[in-house]
Amino acid sequence: MRAHAKLVNVHRGLPAPSALCALALFALLAAAVTGCTDRGEPVLREPDPVGGPTLLRRLTQSQYRATVADIFGTDVPVVARFERGLRSHGLIAVGTGEAGISAFSIEQYDAAAQGVADAILGEEQRAEFVPCQPRSTTAFDTECAGAFMGQYGPLLFRRPLTNEQTQRYLEAARLGTEKLGGFYEGLKYALVGMMTSPQFLLRIERAQPDPQRPELLQLDPYSKAARLSYFLTDSTPDRELLRAAGAGELDSADSLARQVDRLLASPRFEGALRAFFGDMLEFDLFDDLAKDSEIYPAFNSDVAADAKEQTLRDIVHHLVEQNGDYRDLFTLDQTFMTRPLGIIYRQPVPARHDWERVQLSHDGSRLGIQSHVSFLALHAHPGRSSPTLRGKAIRNVFLCQEVPDPPANVDFSVVQDPSNTYMPTARDRLGAHNTEPACSGCHKVMDPVGLALENYDGLGHFRARENDAVIDSSGFLDGTAYEDAAGLAAALRNHPETSRCVVEKIYRFAVGRDTVWDERAYMDYLIAAFAESGYRVPELMRAIALSDNFMAISPPDQTPVGQGLAHNQSDGRNPS
Amino acid sequence: MSKISRRGFLRGTLQGAAVGVGLPLLNCFLDDSGKAFAASGRRIPVRFGTWVWGCGFIPELWIPTATGTEFELPAHLAPLEPYRDRLALLSGFDVKLDGVPNKPHITGCLGLRTGIPVPDLKVKAPTLDVLISDQIGDTRFRSIEVCSAGIQRSYSYRDAGSPNPSEISPLALYSRIFGEGFQDPNAAQFTPDPRYMVHKSVLSATQEERRALMGEVGAEDRQRLDEYFTSIRELEQKLALQLEPPAPVEHFEMPGAPPETPVDSEMENVMENHRLMAGLLARALQCNQTRVFNVLFSDTASNLRRPGSSSTHHTLTHEEPVDPQLGHQREVAWFAEKSMIAWREFLDALSAIPEGDGTLLDNCLVLAHSDCSIAKAHAVEGIPVMVAGNAGGRVRTGFHMAGKADPISRIGLTVQQAMGLQVDRWGVLSMETNRVIPELLA
Repeated sequence: MRAHAKLVNVHRGLPAPSALCALALFALLAAAVTGCTDRGEPVLREPDPVGGPTLLRRLTQSQYRATVADIFGTDVPVVARFERGLRSHGLIAVGTGEAGISAFSIEQYDAAAQGVADAILGEEQRAEFVPCQPRSTTAFDTECAGAFMGQYGPLLFRRPLTNEQTQRYLEAARLGTEKLGGFYEGLKYALVGMMTSPQFLLRIERAQPDPQRPELLQLDPYSKAARLSYFLTDSTPDRELLRAAGAGELDSADSLARQVDRLLASPRFEGALRAFFGDMLEFDLFDDLAKDSEIYPAFNSDVAADAKEQTLRDIVHHLVEQNGDYRDLFTLDQTFMTRPLGIIYRQPVPARHDWERVQLSHDGSRLGIQSHVSFLALHAHPGRSSPTLRGKAIRNVFLCQEVPDPPANVDFSVVQDPSNTYMPTARDRLGAHNTEPACSGCHKVMDPVGLALENYDGLGHFRARENDAVIDSSGFLDGTAYEDAAGLAAALRNHPETSRCVVEKIYRFAVGRDTVWDERAYMDYLIAAFAESGYRVPELMRAIALSDNFMAISPPDQTPVGQGLAHNQSDGRNPS
Repeated sequence: MSKISRRGFLRGTLQGAAVGVGLPLLNCFLDDSGKAFAASGRRIPVRFGTWVWGCGFIPELWIPTATGTEFELPAHLAPLEPYRDRLALLSGFDVKLDGVPNKPHITGCLGLRTGIPVPDLKVKAPTLDVLISDQIGDTRFRSIEVCSAGIQRSYSYRDAGSPNPSEISPLALYSRIFGEGFQDPNAAQFTPDPRYMVHKSVLSATQEERRALMGEVGAEDRQRLDEYFTSIRELEQKLALQLEPPAPVEHFEMPGAPPETPVDSEMENVMENHRLMAGLLARALQCNQTRVFNVLFSDTASNLRRPGSSSTHHTLTHEEPVDPQLGHQREVAWFAEKSMIAWREFLDALSAIPEGDGTLLDNCLVLAHSDCSIAKAHAVEGIPVMVAGNAGGRVRTGFHMAGKADPISRIGLTVQQAMGLQVDRWGVLSMETNRVIPELLA
């Protein structure tokens, strides 16, 4: 579980490669994945695939919604209260491979499925969704029900239905028709059954032998299609991708590239970027975010929603529309804003109900997504800022550096009493940590980073003073000293871990598991490719999607595929 | 004793006509002991719940100086005076860490609930409410989780990958229980809705995927799939119940929909949401919608706060200096006392509902606990615990017991036995125990 931290440590402190051959040298040091041609240009070669296990991944809330919208259209309502995703190794995407499905979740999935079934098979819309006219609306029509199943079954299960599955849902529709006296009523319950099936709610990956590498397995074509599609669109494979999978085209490099480029160019690609960055930035925490209404009267749930949207909009605009350098997200001086957000940023927004492109600040006092309300408010207390929480989040979220929990037995009372008039600013109060050896080890990696953001209060308003004392926002980040938040922005942008971290997180997001030690050469390859592309995220995602590592499956060690129920006995949960 | 049966009453009064009136269930339908309904012989069910508050207590304001039945309630327990005979106060029981790192506010809470200390949220066994619900939870909902402080989590886990989320809005809780699918237990007429049958049968068909899928995945995923199929089966059982006439319930009144309330961690809002949810939960228990519940009054790292204050209950426990006059943290004490007032209000809600010859509380076993004793140090030694209610006569209360550093798993073991589980040993390493607390068992 700490393999990832080790992986980071190996490279911590290495300077950012500045010239092409230095880049090659850097990579050579790490794992010799590049060579220099005569003209000194690096030639990147993907290391041999390592592969991970096949996974059983639960659809996330955004994937569920996007999947339903892609199959049935965006106006079909999904009415359910999804429980929060399980976060593991910094990402909900990794947690999807570990999360179970509680009784509460099934209740909610069931309600969502009924809502969808009611909408598309209700009188108004059924003609649009059922590809045939039943012989009678009160009697069962096998052919017509079969046609409906044939149209939506493969889309829902992300692969063709087996005969048993088709029969099962036809039988459900027949029984429903008989008991309820209506063809569409029966069809409704067949659809509810399909939408609560594990084949729909879980992405069940299956492996097959890899003809090129007998020691490895690879995903089967439909599992490949699902992995690709959820990675690049946060949604289900469309008909074209399923067709390509069925025709065996995803095994050919050219056809695969064609599909990948098609998905990258589709409007759905934005969904994938939003899903990844919302996950990386821990925006699920907004569900529990509360601010004291007396201290921060400008905060409400609309502002919170706008704050999230602002950051995601900026990211998509910069990375896709501007084809920008990932690292520049930390020094962006422009942003999108709404009028309610403008109140916090003290920025007049002329448009009453719309997003406007504006300067993030006019004096450079605010730069980059880490100075957005979404980051500042999320990593603070309900009634005040927190340099420690913010410093910790910068390390965890953007640099992939884990900071341990505070020791259990610590007296904080000297440290953070906000009414202590002798210690007017957080810097004064946190200073006490440095005298406590149990604290100083971790606080010296968090606080100097978070203190640079002290000019923003617990919601994100700019302030020059705290308790009448001028705030000193100087600090240092892994060897780079700075005077203020703008300096932190530059230091974060230029930190070598910044780009390495996003590469690792995107790869983990793609494959749904933590990276392992044996993959370090592959990580170095991706990082070198990322640097060579000028830190273009869409190109990084393309490189991942086209790499052999992405689809490779390691042979299961103790549990051969298809072993059956033999191990089920050992699942005992009750320790007694 | 009584010569009239419920059915006879219906026929006699209404000449058999099917009319939609609520049918009162009179005490004369009960047997002499008041423990079961005479007509059906069906026993009044016993319910189990947990009630959790965060950030522990101030020992000198909470722990009675005397043990046994003759004790004075210290200041913070004073609000519970009306319930002193219905409460067992358990002080001085420890979560034994055995070298496991103490994750603040987590290790103590989950150690108490699973018998196994863990350094994070990855529980190694189901929490005891889940063990108990597997035994008694054959109701419409396996269990109901609520949190009054705006946090969607609970400390109820079947498995590390699937914590049971809490309802945080009284209105949402109301709709889930009393909205669509709710059947008035005392309705004079019952017509099974065939849609439930069709719905149930399609879910049963899903179970047919089980065997093939189990063969395709590794051991860990098999456990997750197993959980999925368990959840599906629970939904099937819920639908099966809808096809049977609900058992009549005496004194049941359909609650009205609660108002839409602000959901956050401001103390007054939390108290109000807690009162509303406690009332709804009590009604849900009364009419057999669930037999198990978990209430999270405040999260273990309590985010409760007073309006306009820059500190929360949790941050105060660490930062507030000890008041030299009082000898404890003044603000922290305010939150600790409020937590006990809320607990009293929860017991008020349960005992407001008459049942048998007593109240709903008599037929409940509620385990109230915190995550630590002294929050400032995150101490997991001496976590305060209370047992309320008499579990239909299976549990004795009205005493204070000092655990003298015994493993806290003794409490979990005793509670499981009281709820009828066949378990004689629970917990691991220093927490493993086969010693129940005999004083608790009637």
